Amino acid sequence: MGMTMAEKIIAAAAGVESCKAGDIETVTLDRLMSNDGTTHLTIDMYNNLKNPRIADVSKLVWIIDHNIPSDSPKTAASHKKMRDFAREHGITFYEGEGVCHQVMMENHVRPGELIFGADSHTCAYGALGAFGTGVGCTDYLYAMVTGTSWLLVPETIKINLHGKLRDGVYARDLILTIIGQISANGANYKAMEFVGDGMASLSMADRIAICNLCVEAGAKTALMEVDDVALDYLKEHGREPKAIFKSDEDAVFSQVIDIDLAEIEPIVAKPHFVDSVVPVSECEGTKIDEAFLGSCNNGRIEDLRVGAAIIKGKHVADKVRFLVVPASRAVYKQALKEGLLDIFMEAGAMVMNPNCSVCWGACQGVIGEGETLISTGTRNFKGRAGHKDSFVYLASAATVTASAVRGYIVSAEKL
Amino acid sequence: MFKAKIWKLGDDIDTDIILPTEYLAFETVEDMKPYAFSPLRPELAAKIQPGDMIVAGHNFGCGSSREQAPEVVKALGISCIVAKSYARIFFRNAINNGLLLIEQPDLYDEVKEGDVAEVETGKEIKVNGKSYPIASLPDNLLEILEAGGLVKAMRKKNGLD
Repeated sequence: MGMTMAEKIIAAAAGVESCKAGDIETVTLDRLMSNDGTTHLTIDMYNNLKNPRIADVSKLVWIIDHNIPSDSPKTAASHKKMRDFAREHGITFYEGEGVCHQVMMENHVRPGELIFGADSHTCAYGALGAFGTGVGCTDYLYAMVTGTSWLLVPETIKINLHGKLRDGVYARDLILTIIGQISANGANYKAMEFVGDGMASLSMADRIAICNLCVEAGAKTALMEVDDVALDYLKEHGREPKAIFKSDEDAVFSQVIDIDLAEIEPIVAKPHFVDSVVPVSECEGTKIDEAFLGSCNNGRIEDLRVGAAIIKGKHVADKVRFLVVPASRAVYKQALKEGLLDIFMEAGAMVMNPNCSVCWGACQGVIGEGETLISTGTRNFKGRAGHKDSFVYLASAATVTASAVRGYIVSAEKL
Repeated sequence: MFKAKIWKLGDDIDTDIILPTEYLAFETVEDMKPYAFSPLRPELAAKIQPGDMIVAGHNFGCGSSREQAPEVVKALGISCIVAKSYARIFFRNAINNGLLLIEQPDLYDEVKEGDVAEVETGKEIKVNGKSYPIASLPDNLLEILEAGGLVKAMRKKNGLD
């Protein structure tokens, strides 16, 4: 029987000929990413072991991105712990370079790898044909010390994309539509694999945005075939694939979904669930207090270009804060070069250093009681961006920027 | 067998509800305890007694990989969670922290908060005279749970102690 892409990557990492959904395999990890959300806990646990050791330090990548620069003495202490440990053990370490998943895509992820990240959005790496999956700090510690872990081989949902997105419709609208269709646990424990003729029209930025958000449908991982778009990206960033896998013709999928890209519309996810999706028009007129353009989902140069084109020559609405947060130093520098940051600053936006910002409800831009945020971030859970009685709407860079200009939710087409 | 008083929560109880971001940097899990479930039910953490259980709907623990979420539930003394389904990262994190999770499709719809359940792990839960069958966890997970979490199981197995 044929194998899915997910099954092939796990089989390779487990050193077995084949495996199938439902098997439990012991795998050797190719890479282990951890950030300042939980690394201090991992270090505490590590130091409590009697004979601690790191199986292969060259596989570890540690990134301070959630609360950078530090916002409190407590954060500063946890960063120092992480920084000192990384130096002492020779762990590849980034601080202030960008949101962990963007830094990983720019510098480390290779097709065919099996990667644990101590962060739920690690599934983003599927955009380069790598099996990335989020784990907690205990699983991370185990993998760091032993080099291995156990994995339940997931079933795969195949999503066939056909055609092209219309102008003014973005990858964010597509993935929110899919999550709305299958629900917040529609892919729980499963892999989501994207294929079809529609893939050709999607840029790497689009692909990362799609894979990144799959965990909001519960997915264990997201995967895309490695094509010329992916290979060009790798080459540009000076890397080669580890291995290129493709699902077999006769592979078994738990579900097959067909999507006509031309039918996707601008979408928002309403508070307090990512699968509460409606067309932007249904929320039009909802007053906002803050808008956020950034995050591992939509803080890339392509997103900043979209936002800048919309806001050029206009101004952020009265009493609205507009935070623009490039996802990495590389994105920031490119935006600077293209004059995009000038455009945002002229329009009254606040341009921040690369970090996770208000997407995770700490660091900066946290909202108060009764306030409303429209965001390109990853989640809109109750209290996610600050006060427990506040409201988060998720949308594309275009919708977020247009709403920042108007002061209420509106699609860019209507601006 | 153990007896446990039921606290009832809904579907999609996410990790930001279990423990909001602003409390993640607190030094100890004891410091975090009062804020568990605070966005949804600010009074709940103070009311939970050691040995009580949580009953919930689908997709319990969806969202972030923050391990403080199962840790704080365990620290409150919750004996087990019984839900229709769990998000996968939370599931692993809970087992890795020695917190018992049970999947049961019907219990949630038929019990109310304050009911007392009798739990016989791997066999059944009895509430109000009715029995709800429950499955046993796979052996590799039971091993972790019985050791009190993954780190303890790892010490035992790999001689890291």
